[in-house]
Amino acid sequence: MKKLINDTADVVTEALRGVELAHPQLRVDHQNKIVFRGDAPVRGKVGLISGGGSGHEPLHGGFVGPGMLDAACAGEVFTSPVPDQMLAATQGVDGGAGVLHIVKNYTGDVMNFEMAAELAAAEGVEVEAVVTDDDVAVQDSLYTAGRRGVGVTVLLEKIVGAAADEGRDLKAVAEVARKVDANGRSMGMALTSCTVPAAGKPTFDLPDDQMEIGIGIHGEPGRRRVPLAPAREVAEMLVEPILKDLDFTGGDGVLAFVNGMGATPLLELYLMYGEVAAILRKAGVRVVRSLVGPYITSLDMAGCSVTLLKMDDELVHLWDAPVNTPGLRWGA
Amino acid sequence: MGETVGSAALGRWLRAFADAVSENADELTALDSAIGDADHGANMRRGMNAVVAKLDAAPDVAPAALLKTVGMTLVSTVGGASGPLYGTLFLRMGTSAGDRAELDAQAFAAALRAGLNGVVARGKAVLGDKTMVDALTPAVDALDAALTDGAGLSDALHAAATAADRGSDATIPLVARKGRASYLGARSAGHRDPGATSTALLVNTAAASLG
Repeated sequence: MKKLINDTADVVTEALRGVELAHPQLRVDHQNKIVFRGDAPVRGKVGLISGGGSGHEPLHGGFVGPGMLDAACAGEVFTSPVPDQMLAATQGVDGGAGVLHIVKNYTGDVMNFEMAAELAAAEGVEVEAVVTDDDVAVQDSLYTAGRRGVGVTVLLEKIVGAAADEGRDLKAVAEVARKVDANGRSMGMALTSCTVPAAGKPTFDLPDDQMEIGIGIHGEPGRRRVPLAPAREVAEMLVEPILKDLDFTGGDGVLAFVNGMGATPLLELYLMYGEVAAILRKAGVRVVRSLVGPYITSLDMAGCSVTLLKMDDELVHLWDAPVNTPGLRWGA
Repeated sequence: MGETVGSAALGRWLRAFADAVSENADELTALDSAIGDADHGANMRRGMNAVVAKLDAAPDVAPAALLKTVGMTLVSTVGGASGPLYGTLFLRMGTSAGDRAELDAQAFAAALRAGLNGVVARGKAVLGDKTMVDALTPAVDALDAALTDGAGLSDALHAAATAADRGSDATIPLVARKGRASYLGARSAGHRDPGATSTALLVNTAAASLG
């Protein structure tokens, strides 16, 4: 294992120290491993918190700031944060208008956020939760833990952040969140495994001439392993199941998001975006907004994911609103 | 050693479990690499180390308080799915223990049954989903059956340990339907479930240190 770390046990703690020093507009609660926007709680605004295992940076801590999250809880690498952290974050961002929990659909995350919501309710804080589950690689959600929350989570945090900034109430903000989740779909692939620092070796073996289709964001193997193929064919393998799952033609167009898994350069991600855009054009899907880059990663995994989100006037308006976070910034 | 379980015995059990988790951490993580996210050993070791620290700090409390402290410590330190699940197991055992200073065999079995019910309620897994429930359910059933047949606590716990091991073995051919392994579909078959494996350690250490 070659990594820029000191001790495997201190990776998250020491990274959070760097976050605080690099972004003075954020406040870090080192005890609870929470990144807060510096001016939290914002009076009268619905508080937005998320959280999850570390290793997906910039998600979630890099999306804390005006126009997006009020706080993010960092778990150990690929391990959900615990209810104590989520409760502290919830109380720290409650400006009197309630708090929305944005939860990716993983067994551990859902259970810990459920326990935190019960604790917060007991403390008198109004909490709503929305669970993202956009990964079409998980085919039969009746016989699994359900679809995983992946790329849509990034788009949702931005869009819902704008809705909260406009002063909408908790129910309305949660409704926007559910609309985003319902209209987004993702599919990912890996060229290499990732290496969890505490494990010290790659999570799975992937020979040089093979790739894994249908991966999640935790180095968990995907649905199938296939021979390495040109980017054009890989783009087909990712976009086709998304288009099969939801009709993206017509309407007000889509936001197309090509995400890097951590170790794939932007050069390749833009090349992939070109392939994805060509497939969408051929399929009659109109792209009205785009995002390209590593935004929800899987440590040092090489690979990418594609997310499509069906847009309407409201979502375009909220997407374009100003945002000022370490990971996403425009108009601010 | 005796026919009842008090705080000292619970402490012995939990320390033995912590040692077993530590000794088997690499194996648990390796099992989790195959069908999960490669962190079960590290997470359980972190949690049980915290539990042992709590036991060292407050050795003389009643069984209910001890079990609740263990549960809350695991919820707060393990993370993932294992934190809420193991945490709920011990929290429910604590509630079931009530104000007893010593749990007799029946009370201990009832507490473990309450813990199992808590795990099922929190995780919504049923037998055969390839989870820790597949080791815990047969263990609790075997414990009850042995006690009903007139066995002593020690013999009944050994029967439970055997059943937990068999339950853990039985997860190998199963296709996972809960937890992160479920995302693999049919490819999760052929691998032992890490949660069932750590649960078998929990029951085996109970047999070795209680009764």
